[in-house]
Amino acid sequence: MTVPVLPQSLRDNPRPAQWIGFVPGKRVRLATGKVELGQGVLTALAQIAAEELAVDPARIDVVSGETGVTPEEGFTAGSQSIEASGGAIRLVAAELRARFLAAAALRLNCAPAALDIDDGTVLQDGAATALDYWSLAGAVDFEAPATGTVPPRAPGQFRYIGRPLPRRDLPGKLFGGGFIHDLRPEPLRHARSLHRPWPGAALGPLDEAAIARAAGGAVRLIRLGDFAAVLAETEALADRALEAAEARARWSGGTPRPAVPSEPLALLGAEHAERVLEVPAGRADAAASVGRVGARYLRACLAHASIGPSVALARWEDGRLEVLTHSQGVGMLRLALAQALGIAAEAVSVQHRPGAGCYGHNGADDVALDAALVAREAPGHWVRVQWTRAQEMSVVPFGSPMVVDLAAEVDAAGRPVSWEMTVTSGTHGQRPGHNGRTNLLAAEALPGATPTPPAPDVPDAAGFGGLRNAIALYDLPAQRITHHLVARPRMRTSSMRGLGAHGNVFALEGFIDELALRAGEDPLAYRLSLLSDPRGRRVLETVAAMSGWAGRPRGGEGVGWGIAFSRYKNRAAYVALVAEIAVEQAIALRRVWCAVDAGLVINPDGAANQVEGGVIQAASWTVGEEVRVGPEGVETAGWEHYPILRFAEVPEVAVRFVGDATDPPLGLGEVALGPTAAAIGNALADALGVRVREMPLSRERIAAVLLG
Amino acid sequence: MIGFTLNTRPVTVDAAPETSLLHALRGPLGLLATRFGCGAEACGACMVLLDGEPTNSCTLPLARVAGRQVVTVEGLGTPEAPHPVQAALLELQAGQCGYCLSGIQIAAAALLARNPAPERAEIAEALAGNLCRCGAHNRILHAIEAAGAAMRRAA
Repeated sequence: MTVPVLPQSLRDNPRPAQWIGFVPGKRVRLATGKVELGQGVLTALAQIAAEELAVDPARIDVVSGETGVTPEEGFTAGSQSIEASGGAIRLVAAELRARFLAAAALRLNCAPAALDIDDGTVLQDGAATALDYWSLAGAVDFEAPATGTVPPRAPGQFRYIGRPLPRRDLPGKLFGGGFIHDLRPEPLRHARSLHRPWPGAALGPLDEAAIARAAGGAVRLIRLGDFAAVLAETEALADRALEAAEARARWSGGTPRPAVPSEPLALLGAEHAERVLEVPAGRADAAASVGRVGARYLRACLAHASIGPSVALARWEDGRLEVLTHSQGVGMLRLALAQALGIAAEAVSVQHRPGAGCYGHNGADDVALDAALVAREAPGHWVRVQWTRAQEMSVVPFGSPMVVDLAAEVDAAGRPVSWEMTVTSGTHGQRPGHNGRTNLLAAEALPGATPTPPAPDVPDAAGFGGLRNAIALYDLPAQRITHHLVARPRMRTSSMRGLGAHGNVFALEGFIDELALRAGEDPLAYRLSLLSDPRGRRVLETVAAMSGWAGRPRGGEGVGWGIAFSRYKNRAAYVALVAEIAVEQAIALRRVWCAVDAGLVINPDGAANQVEGGVIQAASWTVGEEVRVGPEGVETAGWEHYPILRFAEVPEVAVRFVGDATDPPLGLGEVALGPTAAAIGNALADALGVRVREMPLSRERIAAVLLG
Repeated sequence: MIGFTLNTRPVTVDAAPETSLLHALRGPLGLLATRFGCGAEACGACMVLLDGEPTNSCTLPLARVAGRQVVTVEGLGTPEAPHPVQAALLELQAGQCGYCLSGIQIAAAALLARNPAPERAEIAEALAGNLCRCGAHNRILHAIEAAGAAMRRAA
């Protein structure tokens, strides 16, 4: 007998009671450690539970991301929620349903096979009985660990999976309220925090009375080393107090950073750790080299730039700390807060509440420590801290700039016979607890804090950080991939949607395009000649048909078409993408077609929304976004200096799912980022006849390349 | 005390005249649909209708609101009786995180009030002051077109 390999989430939380309960009022309680980030995951998880339990999804109430209450499932990150939490819920719900049917069979003195369940009611030979989940719950074991041996429903039996289901959280957010920003627990006080503009900066003296006078009300100043906060009764007063405090704050010392012409190029030559990854050859026929091709691709430093600022609420009472947060990982935040405050983790409870769009490790965790530090100084009150727009775009972790160097020797047919890649990047993983440190911003400013040592990158087993998607899936000769992990980049860097995949796929798929053009071949045909993975071929062929690739306009004239392919993390969903652009001085994005194989898709409309959004966000990163750092700190800390794509600038996006519903679901929230960048870059080269290898593909960069 | 009309009802606020309308709405007036995004009139998350015109409330002092008509998302519609824009946004699932949607509802309602049959480019132009980071733009544009069509059918 084979023992099924259970999802990690289920191995860590094996008791059905941790996931599912039946509560009075014929409601179902579904608990998950994954949290709503605007991606619709709670709707999809409820859909999975509804399917396997055979209850209407409207009966399900989801509890999400509460320490001590919900299953511990790490971070909501890496496009893994459906695979991990969804995989666990699917197996647990199927097994619970079987346990209920067995209990009902005992009561009814019949074989379980004669029974079925419809919206929670037990049916016997198709007719409703008096038994249901709620009346039988006492007779069913919710504590015996799930074994994963009860097969979930097959695609042909699905009632809910595979159909579009509206987001359960959207109405509440549309008509007002619904966000952590809107919580007003009493007694409430409002705080604003001051953070160092550059690493190690020391904060000069601040005068509480002067700040209060300038703000025009009662204000408390809280100073803890080089961290400061102002506390007031209203938000308006707290805002004025912050303005007064910032105007009076004098920062000195530390390591201010001069402006540089290029943040990615500034990584080169910096202290770094080197490792080499040798990937065995995917093809046997080694022909003679007739020449060598090399190219350098750059990715700018990128900001999360959510529309809503980071917020947290905290209350300190009798040595216990309660925190409300939009963090991606309440369990890790709890440990980090306890470590930073020097208290036991058991004294801290952390609950997730929805924030504005989250695309990775943003300011959510940092502002939670801000709130906790102030709350400790004002026991008994709820303290609400909201960051400013400038803080949201300057003191947060960013997506690291990257330099990707590619080189290949090619044979007479234009196929690579050697393959080398070097990725130079800051870390893509510096979340709370990642390197045994809290990695919380204010913690480093507290009295007696020691400097944070360089962070390692995201582990290979988690899909790599800087090397995410660096391994090409084509049938290539042995790939030699070198990683230079820069110890101290010029800005805080951590996980942002796609991690290294955005830079690496832009580079890899740009380079493959260059090889195709050098060989005088169609970029699609060239790719297919190097790709034996049938699922990869299918997305490429599908997107070619969707877009009319074969009949696309040729010959430049200001219009360009580009194609790109990747499988996110080399193990999540497959994506092929075609972009059509027009170029005068800058890129005008026209249309994008995208074919995705994500296996079984739980909520097709929600999944399409994620891919569409990923395309547009990546398009924005690729054509226009760039964080710049200078002697006063981050210079792009507002929308006027960090523009994102606007309504008049977005391309039309068509998404088609081509996966087989009998294949397991594959994560898809981050799959479009890399291929979008590459397809736009390739379209630009098609339009111009020369290639721009440095993101953002801005008007200035295009002009620089055209002028040679 | 500063008085104005809020969602068709007269209100007075006891706050300094330089207090922003956004702070008054989210503070003493207790209406939470109008959101803080940047505090610099650059993202549109805080838009309200001021005498029918979409206006950022984050920098708008109460003194300039006195005696005027303010409509927030709460005044556009309710879950039971949604505005056509709200109904269409839900119908087309036109949002991801939803944070930007308050200001977008306001800008769209103002557009459709004066032009219920806008071209796509006109909708995009009407949303020139609204940012969305999740990339829900196309769904939002489609929803506003659909809302216009629904309003024309009802007219």
